[in-house]
Amino acid sequence: MSTVVYVPRDAAALALGAEQVAQAIAAQAQKSGLDVTIRRNGSRGLYWLEPLVEVETPQGRVAYGPVSVKDVAGLFTAGFLSGKAHALCLGATAQHPYLIRQNRLTFARVGVIDPVSISDYLAHGGFQGLQRALGMEPAQIVQCVTDSGLRGRGGAAFPTGIKWRTVLDTAATQKYITCNADEGDSGTYADRMLMEGDPYLLIEGMTIAALAVGATQGYIYLRAEYPHAHKILNEAIALAYQQHYLGAQLLGSAHRFDLEVRLGAGAYICGEETSMLESLEGRRGEVRVRPPLPAVKGLFGKPTVVNNVISLATVPTILQHGAAHYRDYGIGRSRGTLPIQLAGNLKRPGLVELAFGVSLRELLYDYGGGSASGRPLRAVQIGGPLGAYLPAQQFDTLIDYEALSAVGALLGHGGIVAFDDTVDMAHMARYAMEFCAVESCGKCTPCRIGSTRGVEVIDRLLRGVDGEAQLRQLESLCDTMAEGSLCGLGGMTPFPVRSAVKYFREDFLKPRPGIQGSQHARA
Amino acid sequence: MNDRINTIVARLGQQPGPLLLVLHAIQDELGFIPSDAIPLVAQGLNLSRAEVHGVVSFYHYFRHSPPGRHTVRICRAESCQAMNGTALEQQAQRHLGIGFNETTSDGAVSLEPVYCLGACACSPAVMINDELHGRVTPARLDELLAQCRERT
Repeated sequence: MSTVVYVPRDAAALALGAEQVAQAIAAQAQKSGLDVTIRRNGSRGLYWLEPLVEVETPQGRVAYGPVSVKDVAGLFTAGFLSGKAHALCLGATAQHPYLIRQNRLTFARVGVIDPVSISDYLAHGGFQGLQRALGMEPAQIVQCVTDSGLRGRGGAAFPTGIKWRTVLDTAATQKYITCNADEGDSGTYADRMLMEGDPYLLIEGMTIAALAVGATQGYIYLRAEYPHAHKILNEAIALAYQQHYLGAQLLGSAHRFDLEVRLGAGAYICGEETSMLESLEGRRGEVRVRPPLPAVKGLFGKPTVVNNVISLATVPTILQHGAAHYRDYGIGRSRGTLPIQLAGNLKRPGLVELAFGVSLRELLYDYGGGSASGRPLRAVQIGGPLGAYLPAQQFDTLIDYEALSAVGALLGHGGIVAFDDTVDMAHMARYAMEFCAVESCGKCTPCRIGSTRGVEVIDRLLRGVDGEAQLRQLESLCDTMAEGSLCGLGGMTPFPVRSAVKYFREDFLKPRPGIQGSQHARA
Repeated sequence: MNDRINTIVARLGQQPGPLLLVLHAIQDELGFIPSDAIPLVAQGLNLSRAEVHGVVSFYHYFRHSPPGRHTVRICRAESCQAMNGTALEQQAQRHLGIGFNETTSDGAVSLEPVYCLGACACSPAVMINDELHGRVTPARLDELLAQCRERT
């Protein structure tokens, strides 16, 4: 009988040599005359252990990692095909301490199944939410999503059900479902992992959204920086069409839903929903003035659902197990679970899906293992380049939309980037302004000009020119950007800047011998 | 070249909101968006040249000139900065003798900044052509850059 070995095809696992490891295992098996079937899964999200190789044994899956090509011969000698001991053996994958305490609802299948196998997806409960939705009225589906308490996971945290209700209630001959997969925030990779590890879940979620609001066409707006996800999504969509999970007569019903992936072109601003719609229509990704809301007048002027990958991928679970099951996780007004992404300077960075209410400290130390460098952690940035920096004295803050808002931070898409005590927060604030200048769509002045002026003010600070006056100037600039920008890019760049000044003021005023202004990377 | 562009426009022009699709197809085929392509695309899609130029110039991904044989993208975002990514930026520029958005004189390598590759759990990250590399050490970057210069 053939032994099944899993080697991830997740982009980050490939970035650490998973492809070469898969080839080495196949070659070694052939050389030794052993019958091995290599299956390609997504990543379990234990990235410090990638490439993580798993072997299917009668006792369940046993993990080894991080495996490099030079370890392969030794693994065979040790008998890893029967789950035997080896220095890299991590024991039963499902029992791993990093995984066993997680609440993997949305990520239940990621890293477990072959992402493009429909039979794998079905065997693990796939398409049951859709089956249920097909037997419901549109308003019932919307109600179920509303009752679950799901809020937009892209960062805005707007209740998904309410958005859907608006689209459902707006009469039109054509409506659209669009998925925002322009995951540009540094420190976030949950969308990528999900699309590469369980693409049918996203397809199922979008199809349910279509049934709920009466849409027949969907687009996944995927960033061009994700070629691996692009390939996997296209493979999955083609297979879904073949087996009537997409297209006309969905699962034998009278419904139709067509789905297509459209590529972005390296513009961070296109993660903003109206800018994304402009881009999908083939224009410059400039922000639209709201109202009208996209739910009323969105893509090509038609009512449009715009949801993040994770929001849509959570919907099948809600339909399958019921709104109450999902809502019972979490605290306060933050219901359900959040796939949290640990990144930056941590010993054990990876994906941690947990009910809302876990503390930053638990995430950074219990899961993350503290800094990778061994130095004390000094700051974390939550929610991407527009998120606030928090110092160590705020590490007891809970992961909860309202709790973070209370300390002047925001959750965004759930990415947490950790920095050790070598970080220079004035440089990070400068980078935030520089990033805004590079990525500004240019439509409104506070963002377009304010960000450039921001870089200049911080450069003067770094040169030690009248620090207190520059800090006052910076604060006034932040005020203009926050109050006067059309969208979140200019409006939220003050979050990292102001928080850096508030918590790490000494970094802005310290003497810097021999400093020179650094040049912009992009004109 | 004109024929190739016209073929792409004819193939994709009927799609809803086709301009980005067309530009991606042109860049996939030619490696960049030649300025001569702009009037052809404009005419084929019934847009003004200004509209097409405006889109090409808005998106960082679209190139205005032919790239080197290899494109090296170094992540500049926060997670990579937290893991010494800034040193890699400088190292790459030194090693290749060029700045960001430039191509080596032998046409081997184009160097570009990128703002997040989604590999933040294995920072610092570098993408070479379509291949992603994680936990890149200075020694590994030198090795990868040297490979780029050797391979044709």
